[in-house]
Amino acid sequence: MIKNISNLGDAALYCDFGSEVNKEINSKVIRYFKSIQKENIDGINNLTPSYNKLIISFDLRKKNFQTVKKLIENLNITNDDELETNRIKIPVCCDENFSLDIKRLEEKLQITRDKIYEKFFGKEFFCYMTGFIAGMPFLGDLENELQAKRLETPRVKVPKGSVGLTEQFANVYTFESPGGWNIIGNTPQVIFDSTNENNPNLINPGDVVTFEQITKDQYYNKNE
Amino acid sequence: MNKNYFEIKRAGINTTFQDQGRDNLYHIGIPFSGAMDNRNFQISNKLVGNEVNFPIIEFAYQGPLLKYFGENINFAITGDVKFIIKKKDNAIEGNCYQSFTLENGDELDIISTNKSVYGYLAVSGEFDVNYQWSSCSVNTKANIGANNGKKIEDGQKIYILNINKNLSDKKLNYINTKIENIRVIQGTNFDYFSDEGKKIFFEKEFVISKLSDRMGMRLEGSKIENIVDTNIKSEGLLKGVIQVPADGNPIIMLSDHGTIGGYPKIGVVISADYDKLVQLTPGSKIKFKKVELADAETLFKLYDLETQNLISQI
Repeated sequence: MIKNISNLGDAALYCDFGSEVNKEINSKVIRYFKSIQKENIDGINNLTPSYNKLIISFDLRKKNFQTVKKLIENLNITNDDELETNRIKIPVCCDENFSLDIKRLEEKLQITRDKIYEKFFGKEFFCYMTGFIAGMPFLGDLENELQAKRLETPRVKVPKGSVGLTEQFANVYTFESPGGWNIIGNTPQVIFDSTNENNPNLINPGDVVTFEQITKDQYYNKNE
Repeated sequence: MNKNYFEIKRAGINTTFQDQGRDNLYHIGIPFSGAMDNRNFQISNKLVGNEVNFPIIEFAYQGPLLKYFGENINFAITGDVKFIIKKKDNAIEGNCYQSFTLENGDELDIISTNKSVYGYLAVSGEFDVNYQWSSCSVNTKANIGANNGKKIEDGQKIYILNINKNLSDKKLNYINTKIENIRVIQGTNFDYFSDEGKKIFFEKEFVISKLSDRMGMRLEGSKIENIVDTNIKSEGLLKGVIQVPADGNPIIMLSDHGTIGGYPKIGVVISADYDKLVQLTPGSKIKFKKVELADAETLFKLYDLETQNLISQI
């Protein structure tokens, strides 16, 4: 199922599952990721699944490219089990203090904000991967009418909780961070909790997420 | 029983608790972190009789000024660092790679690193820090690790537990050597760049920008032209990965890097050269040299052996 395995530097395998971004390829990546994770192989010290790649990092004192490549090629990947899927609802407030780029989107997409919200809220999005910053989910796919490019000049600081759109994806900024996504609202929901070491992420790859619009009052009540 | 402590009279620029870092969290967006210069981190611990992976204090450029209260304790500083020990009636200029004793009321003034970025302070005891995912390493981005995931600040107290009472002086003859070329393996998107761009990457000098920190090192120089696409579908990153965004200036990912990125990867710094890379200061020139995977593996074995050798000499 892996199309090609190459090396990324001297301490990682770069597993290529294809070039398209879709649920089918991503589910394969997640399956491999979960199978390798379960094996708990000594010397493998990180796995990074993404849309259509899986990077396997190893400790060069214990393993090398050839030994890890062999291990991965000989691994049994179970096809049968259904991927574990959680359904998660994320409340979002689109008050003008939060929807920083809604005007930009109205202009770029040539539709009203009401139409944008109508096409975004209540729809099911698949979590392809988490990362960049701790716990940030990359969700998709947005309808064609909602697909816009990143900001020409990224913000130096995107507020924590911001919900952003770019191309066919949506995400949530789990921390204040630089970033260039089009921000349409903000969630009071905690998405990443570092005190919960066994399960710090609310949203994990394979999960299904639905956003629900809330009022300013609901937002601040949730925050208290 | 927290009676041994440092009072921080000046925190310094970027002073954090670090250890070996944390594994197996890339998939949720948490990088390794850990001491930037792994060799100097391990040596500092050995010089005070600790296990090599004990928590230490890492500082950059200007270090902290600490006043010590408690029973006698040994400390050691590694890197290339200017520091002074202020006793009641005299002041001693300290040397790196050598243990010294602090008595109640002494001050340790870590003035600055010399033509290098990071230095390490280890003490013969355990810093009283909290651990997350088995590591105290501070990631200020996600506020993970010791000290609530934040830099050490002016005025705070740092407690030390389980002081080793058998204080013996230790020393190592070692000088940090500068590196002329940073060796790299071709990246997975090497062919995204024009022939001219590839040539520039391996033949021209780049200057390290001021916009460099524990997350990444930005370089400036001749622009590297992309002929395919200035974005890729976001995928995993590693420390040492060199990305080239649309502006043509390379960025090297360092220990606190974002775990996912969407810029083409032109190369990856080999593991053997990472400790030396992170010590290069803004304004220094850097040149890349291409090596093959097998050479990189051998070079790392040699580097690691050398580190183990240094540690066993202490």
